[in-house]
This record gives sequence, structure tokens and C-alpha cells, in this order.
Amino acid sequence: MEKRELTCINCPMGCRITVTMEGDDILSVEGNTCKRGFLYACNEVKSPVRTVTTTIKVTGGLSDRVSCKTKEAVPKDKIFEVMEVINKASCKAPVAIGDVLIEDCAGTGILVVATKAVGSV
Amino acid sequence: MKADIVIVGGGPAGLAAAISAAKEDKSLDILILERDNELGGILNQCIHNGFGLHTFNEELTGPEYAARFEEQLDGLGIRYMLGTMVLDVSSGSVTAINSKEGVFKVNCGAVVLCMGCRERPRGALNIPGLRPAGVFTAGTAQRLVNIEGYMPGREVVILGSGDIGLIMARRMTLEGAKVKCVCELMPYSGGLKRNIVQCLDDFNIPLLLSHTVIDIKGKERVTSVVIAEVDERSKPIPGTEQEIACDTLLLSCGLIPENELSRSAGVEINPSTNGPVVNESFETSIPGVFACGNVLHVHDLVDYVSEESGRAGRSAARFVKNKATAEGPVIKIRNGNGVRYTVPSFVRVNELSDDLVIRFRSGNVYKDSYIKVLFDGETKLSRRKPIITPGEMEQVILKKEDLANTPSEILIEIAER
Repeated sequence: MEKRELTCINCPMGCRITVTMEGDDILSVEGNTCKRGFLYACNEVKSPVRTVTTTIKVTGGLSDRVSCKTKEAVPKDKIFEVMEVINKASCKAPVAIGDVLIEDCAGTGILVVATKAVGSV
Repeated sequence: MKADIVIVGGGPAGLAAAISAAKEDKSLDILILERDNELGGILNQCIHNGFGLHTFNEELTGPEYAARFEEQLDGLGIRYMLGTMVLDVSSGSVTAINSKEGVFKVNCGAVVLCMGCRERPRGALNIPGLRPAGVFTAGTAQRLVNIEGYMPGREVVILGSGDIGLIMARRMTLEGAKVKCVCELMPYSGGLKRNIVQCLDDFNIPLLLSHTVIDIKGKERVTSVVIAEVDERSKPIPGTEQEIACDTLLLSCGLIPENELSRSAGVEINPSTNGPVVNESFETSIPGVFACGNVLHVHDLVDYVSEESGRAGRSAARFVKNKATAEGPVIKIRNGNGVRYTVPSFVRVNELSDDLVIRFRSGNVYKDSYIKVLFDGETKLSRRKPIITPGEMEQVILKKEDLANTPSEILIEIAER
């Protein structure tokens, strides 16, 4: 039996979670105060994922960059590949919050969406 | 110019205060004055996620969180002026300047101070060494990377483990920089635990507690910094020096509420928070002048800023309507063992419209301790907490009924086991 101590990163409460495991099986999850925490702990011990937030180049806009995020969390070991794809991409103004800027980023099947509106010049 | 309520600052606090005031009384004329060229304040550069779980029950980025508030303004008839700097505040008027109107005065029924806070810069930190380019506050670097799209450096040392420093450690790493370490003078981090996990641990960035920067080298540009371990009195320990090659030093060493306007207006300031002393309605020592958000005390959660500012906005709306100052009993709130300050500082029982939320920070790290609330020396509430740290704001909520017997004093303290 193995016990793993985690800090939940879903919200700023940062609950301290203890996951008890037997090989690959999760026996118990303790310390979380919500369902998100439970899911985080289960993911974290098996295949950790993170939402990537960054910016993309904009052409013809009131600003040169627009902030964006992966719509869902991507596998942790794919973060730098995702960043590389986003850094090579660009989009055209106007951009609205939620606009899809990249489909299937770095083969993860996950969308990259705008998190800010940018008007055109 | 005239308005019922003038809101100084259009960041998260100002937006929430304006919206709540408008919802409290739809007939009120509310004007937000914002010095930047867009609303949203610092949220615009906080492109990371984690905002809004308490308020909207979903995880948003900073710009998305700000947009949720901005899109309500038009429908509520709230006016705002951008590129407008407030120069002076008094109980019945606000003086401001912009390039269209020049200097102008707005006569008003109430003012809500929502100016936020600023970072402690190098000049306030007493770091020896040369004065080369390459030393930035973490927030300045955040603006450069996230808004201007410009990388301030490639090899980075971060001094201070405040949340912005931690967030920037990850951000710079994602953009291809090498973050060599984060040094923290105190034996504990000033940031949220979750940020240490997802910003440092995820990328194997070392956090060196009880360490500081004792020298900055480089003539034109930073070439290295010298770090050392410090003793309990924060003095560098001889023999622990290490020179770390880098081109950039980021500073994340605390935030200071920006109260120049409050001070010149004569608002009483609490030396522990560097923000105004306020009552349960977030009213300062000047009647009709309210304060909320980071100008009042530095928060780690924007959700709490919005909630607090909502209360301040509603209070300002009620003040404009009723004018009369409340009579009746006043309860003083004191900070006891381990508690650095409380917000509010006192409560006028008759003015309390719902539960009383008392927010505070501890002065140290406490494990397996109790947060205690005492009414006139008698324990009223005792809550066990596995960990209490100065980096995370704490709160206790008292029901209005609990205060019916009107103690003369409420004491908040941390009791160790």
C-alpha cells in the first residue's frame, strides 16, 4: 500500500489530499472538499493534466497579442509541444472570447480558444 | 460634472462595487474613473486560470473573469471614463484629469476607493549591488510577456515567493526561459500552496526558503546574482553564498495598497494593512468614502475582492439614499495572538444587513491550530485548521443573530494546541 500526498490545484483553497494506492488501484481519496478535488487526485496519480494558458499573435488588431487557453487540460508531458504549436500560430482580428484559434493542438485533440476580445484596427 | 457615486478605479473591485450599487438602486447615476485605456485592471495581464470558482462556479482566466463584469455595465446604465486619472478625493467630490476634459471636478454623493495595490520595487528592498538593466518586478514582467508579447530575459532568478512571482516562474519557463530558482527570505512561502505545486514543482524549479539576494552583478545588464542563506534575524549566513549566472532578476516581494489619494483625503490608515480603517459597511473614517479590494487589504483571491466590493457598493448606494449616519452600539474587532489585522475594524450593529464576514491574515505559520472568536473574553467559536499561513487569507463568518447580545469587543486569535 502506498500513500501519496497531493495539493489540489483546482482552486485557491489548495486542499491537501491523501490518495491511498495498491499498485495502480486507488483505494481511497481523503482530504478533498469537492468533486473536482476527487477527480484531480485520481488524474494526478495516474495521468496528470494541466490547462495551458498563453498568448497568440494577432494581426490587424488593436493589440498584438491575444490571451488564450487550451479548452480542456492537456497531458502534463505535452505542455511544451502545445506551447510550440501555439507560438507558431497567429490569428486575425477581430477576436471574441471563446473563438477557436487552433483545432486539435499538437495532436491532443484539444482546442485552443481565445480568453479576451481584440477589436480590429 | 455630477454623479451619485464615483468609483475610483475600474479593476475587479471597481467593477463589482459599481454593479452592486446599481443593482441596489437602479435610479443611481454611477461613474467609474479608470486611468488605463481599458477596464479590468490587473486581470488583463493575469492570463492564467483559477479565477471565478467561487463566483461563477467555473474556472476562468483573468480577462474572462473581468469580461463577466464588464458586460453587465451597459445594461445597468453604469458610465465609465478611460484614460482618466483621479487627482483628489474628498467626501463630496472627486477631481480628475484626462486629455479631453482637462482637469475637472465631479460632485457626488459617495466615493468608492478601488485603486488596488502596487508591487514593492527594488528601491524599497535594500538589495546591494550595481544598477544594471534586467531587474523587474514580477508584475512588470507579466505585463511585458502577456500584453506586449516581449520576453524580458532568458535566464532568470526570482526573489520572493509571492503568487505573481510563482506564476511568472511558470510563464517564463513556458516561453522558453530557464528559471534557475526562487529565493524566499522567510522560512515559508508567501504564495498559495497550489501555485508552488503547479508553477514550481511541475517544472522542477527549486524554492529556496530562508534565502535572499545579497548582490547584483553586471554593468549594462545583469550577469549574475549572489544569493545566501539567512538566519532567524534575516541576516545572511557567511559561507553560504552562491553566485548564479542570469540575465534577469524578478522581484515578487509583496504588494502595497495604493493609498496616496486616501491619505491626502485624510482617511485613517491601518498601519498593519496599509489600507483604510473601515467599518462593517466598508466605510472609511470619512463619511461617504468607502474602500474595497486590494486598496483596503491585499487579497489572494479575486473572488473575495468581488464579494467584498459588492458589499461596499451596496453600502455606498444605501448611503446616498439615507444619508443619516447610524446610531446605536459599536463593536470593536481586535486582533489577538497570531492575527496581524482584521477587516473590518469595527461593526455598527444596526447597520449590519446580513452576516458579518471578518477577514484576516496570520503573522506566522501555524500547524494543527484553532481559529478562535471571543466575545468580551468568552469563546464563541473555535475552528480547527490543519494549517494557517501568512500567504493565505482567513475568514470567520458571524451570523447577525450571534451579535444580538452586542458584545463590546470581538477578539480573533489563533490558539496553538
